[in-house]
Amino acid sequence: MSTSTTPLLQINEVTKAFGGIHALNEVSFDLHENEILGIIGPNGSGKTTLVNCITGFVELTGGEVLYRGKKISGKPPHKIADMGITRTFQIMRPYYSLPAYKNLVIPLFSPRAKRTGGWRGGGKLGDRNTVSIDILEELGFERESFVPYKKASNLPTGYLKRLELARCLALNPKVIICDEIFSGLSMSEIASMVPLVERLQMEGITLIMIEHRLRELFQVATRIMVLNFGEKLIEGTAEEVMADEKVKEAYFGSEEVEEVMAHA
Amino acid sequence: MTASNEQRRKERLDRGIKVRSEGIYALMSWRELAYLFLPRVALIGGLLILPLVMPSMYWQRVISIVCIYALLALSFDFLAHFVGLVSLGGAFFIGTGSYIAAILNTTFGLSPIFTIPIATLLGAGICTVLLLPCLPLRGVYFAIVTLMYPLLLARVIEALDILGGTDGILGIESFTNRWMEQYFIIVMVLVLLFGTRRLVNQDIGLVFRAVKDNDQSVRASGMSVTYYKSIAVFIASGIGCLAGAYLVHLYMWAGLSTLALDFSILPIAATVIGGSGTLVGPVLGAFILVPISELLRAFGTLRIVFYALILLAFIIFRSEGIMVYGQRKYHQFEKWIKV
Amino acid sequence: MLDALRLQPVSRLSFPDNTMHILIYGTINSVALALFALGFAMVYGVSRLPNFAHGALYVTSGFITWTFINTLELNYFISILLAMLVTGIIGALIYQFVLIRIRGMEISEIMATYAIGLAILEGLRWGGFRGLTYTLPAFIEGSTEIAGVSVDYQRLLVVGIGAAVVAVLWLFTHYTRIGLALRGMAQDERAAMMLGIDSDLMALAAMGFGSMLAALGAVVLLPLGNIVVEAGYNVLILAIAVCIVGGLGSWIGAVLAAFIIGFAQILTVVYLGAHYQMVVALLAIIITLILRPSGLFGLQKELEERV
Repeated sequence: MSTSTTPLLQINEVTKAFGGIHALNEVSFDLHENEILGIIGPNGSGKTTLVNCITGFVELTGGEVLYRGKKISGKPPHKIADMGITRTFQIMRPYYSLPAYKNLVIPLFSPRAKRTGGWRGGGKLGDRNTVSIDILEELGFERESFVPYKKASNLPTGYLKRLELARCLALNPKVIICDEIFSGLSMSEIASMVPLVERLQMEGITLIMIEHRLRELFQVATRIMVLNFGEKLIEGTAEEVMADEKVKEAYFGSEEVEEVMAHA
Repeated sequence: MTASNEQRRKERLDRGIKVRSEGIYALMSWRELAYLFLPRVALIGGLLILPLVMPSMYWQRVISIVCIYALLALSFDFLAHFVGLVSLGGAFFIGTGSYIAAILNTTFGLSPIFTIPIATLLGAGICTVLLLPCLPLRGVYFAIVTLMYPLLLARVIEALDILGGTDGILGIESFTNRWMEQYFIIVMVLVLLFGTRRLVNQDIGLVFRAVKDNDQSVRASGMSVTYYKSIAVFIASGIGCLAGAYLVHLYMWAGLSTLALDFSILPIAATVIGGSGTLVGPVLGAFILVPISELLRAFGTLRIVFYALILLAFIIFRSEGIMVYGQRKYHQFEKWIKV
Repeated sequence: MLDALRLQPVSRLSFPDNTMHILIYGTINSVALALFALGFAMVYGVSRLPNFAHGALYVTSGFITWTFINTLELNYFISILLAMLVTGIIGALIYQFVLIRIRGMEISEIMATYAIGLAILEGLRWGGFRGLTYTLPAFIEGSTEIAGVSVDYQRLLVVGIGAAVVAVLWLFTHYTRIGLALRGMAQDERAAMMLGIDSDLMALAAMGFGSMLAALGAVVLLPLGNIVVEAGYNVLILAIAVCIVGGLGSWIGAVLAAFIIGFAQILTVVYLGAHYQMVVALLAIIITLILRPSGLFGLQKELEERV
């Protein structure tokens, strides 16, 4: 891990309340350049709310989010995405009426892609349609098949998840926050996604991964953070986290955790 | 349907010529070229010839009015089906355009050559600025707020007695040449129709359609939804204001009736009947609906009942509209097959 | 404009009179607005259908009552009950034959109901229902003085009936099976369907009851003036204004919003002039939608809209 002076992303005591319910309560953590931070927690522990807070989709009740030392909380979501902090949606949100490759023309048309050249120079260089098919090919949409030309409404879940990731990549991002990109996929589909995530890290992209698939997450993540009832329980390596009593309690009865622990 | 017990269903197949004429291969033969271009040529040619075959001045005037409604329907269809903003405020665009043109003409003495472009751009700007706060609204909420804008403007003009009050602004110059008056609007309809058709397939048009499909994703892609919505509203209200400015010079009068609900409802009916989301459909819808409504003028308000009922019937029974139906018949054939 | 809301000239009234005047007529106006809006709010609340034919149903029930009284020469109160019933049936039929096919497509719903309303209203106009001949008799003739302001009995009756309607509605939705089912639908349609509530039947009932409420408003308020077709459009706008300000779908919100708009209207009429009465309602719609689309009392929906 790099020992740079300021972390890439600092989350300081972020609080979000819906009515009287605290979805997030003073959660703080740092994200360092080029690491993969895994965030786990039982259902309803505030993981997706955390993503929404960082990317500006909901307003914070308290606390702040800093990007390279500058405050970004309070900015509209498109401004935050414009800085290179992108996200996927847990419930996929493709443009259903457009073909898969046209889905990518939209992020390639964005100011950030025009300015920075998109992922590997796309958007600035060459036709957006060509670039988008290039990106899709990198993510496993076979170029010679019909898949990239199919309407998004006809694509299966696995491809839609990849499309979500592709939308982030088209923006030439610094940070990608993946909200459960493994969930709903078959074992083989997950197995093919894992190297992809590792490759993104090698290319210098920092990732936050919110996951329920603990085994695959522990393979790739550099650090793990556990959320429960909107509060941060613990942060550390996979072994440290799994050994923690509080985590065991939060996940009590979950078969998968027991299985993973047995492996550890 | 047949009465036999045999289970059958209709199968639709693309015509061979449709498949052959896709892409560059269309250049292979005259037949395929004709298949591609004949509908377009028929539309353009038909519109250009129409005034020449009209029996009287009255019917030529009707064509001008049809074109005004066609522009409004085009603007509605573009906004509703390509940007996802269902604006029931066609009258607001017409009213803004017509009052601006009227003021420019009576106060500053500008001729129609200047008033129409200025009213189009200025009116589009004003409409966009006024609608800007409403752009985050979705669905019913945006529809209701846009429905209320023209009503509010009319009541304010009435209450403050500004802009001619209930009498309206009189003594506006007409076009110098009858043929220019006629062909100006027809050419505008054609240009804007093919222009918007092209626009929605450009990259920026894709962004509009993306905004309709999923605005959260557009935000996550680092683009301001409000910015693109306001561009779209500018285009749509520009089309409406152009129609309004033309209307003023046609009637030589601008008044509260330019804010009447007719301008909001009839274009929508035309869109539904013609086929929403096709852009050509709404124009054709206007060419069907407005002349019928003219023929029924003698029956007074019964014609409004009539077009309300047509609209209702189309919404319920054939919501795809004439154009989509026609396109299907043109491109595909159907046959019964046993199940 | 609505004759029900016509005010007496206020210029010659002294100041304390003026205050009382605003209070009394503001209340009457507010209750009238609530009567316009409750039917609309009920239909939207239960089935998420914006019933743009509401104003037309209002006017229609007025003409039906008039026909029963003058053509069939029925007793006044029987005519009123019959008219409410017929209007309720019309509303239910509209749902059964039109709206059921397009439910869920918001814009089609608006256009279809608006088209129905337009057809009814313009049909009535074409059918010759215009002019000053169409009036309903007041329930009780005469007037009285409250704190120096003269008020006729019919207007007082409006307030009484309005309060009664709200009370009955509250009891109905809290203590009867169908009322509870309607409330269940209003809160979560899918959950209600899982509990065995027939969504279409409830929406049908809501359209029926909503139309009857429109009819009730009509028979109570129309004796204060003539039955005119234009009232249909105004009633629709006022009903929308009240429901938007109160928060679409919120009944209590609608009642409170009726009082806000009602008093705002009376104040503008007294201090600015009668022309501004409608401007207030329209401005209320636009400003509410811009600043707080979920309305003043639609707290819960604000969250839904966000994420």
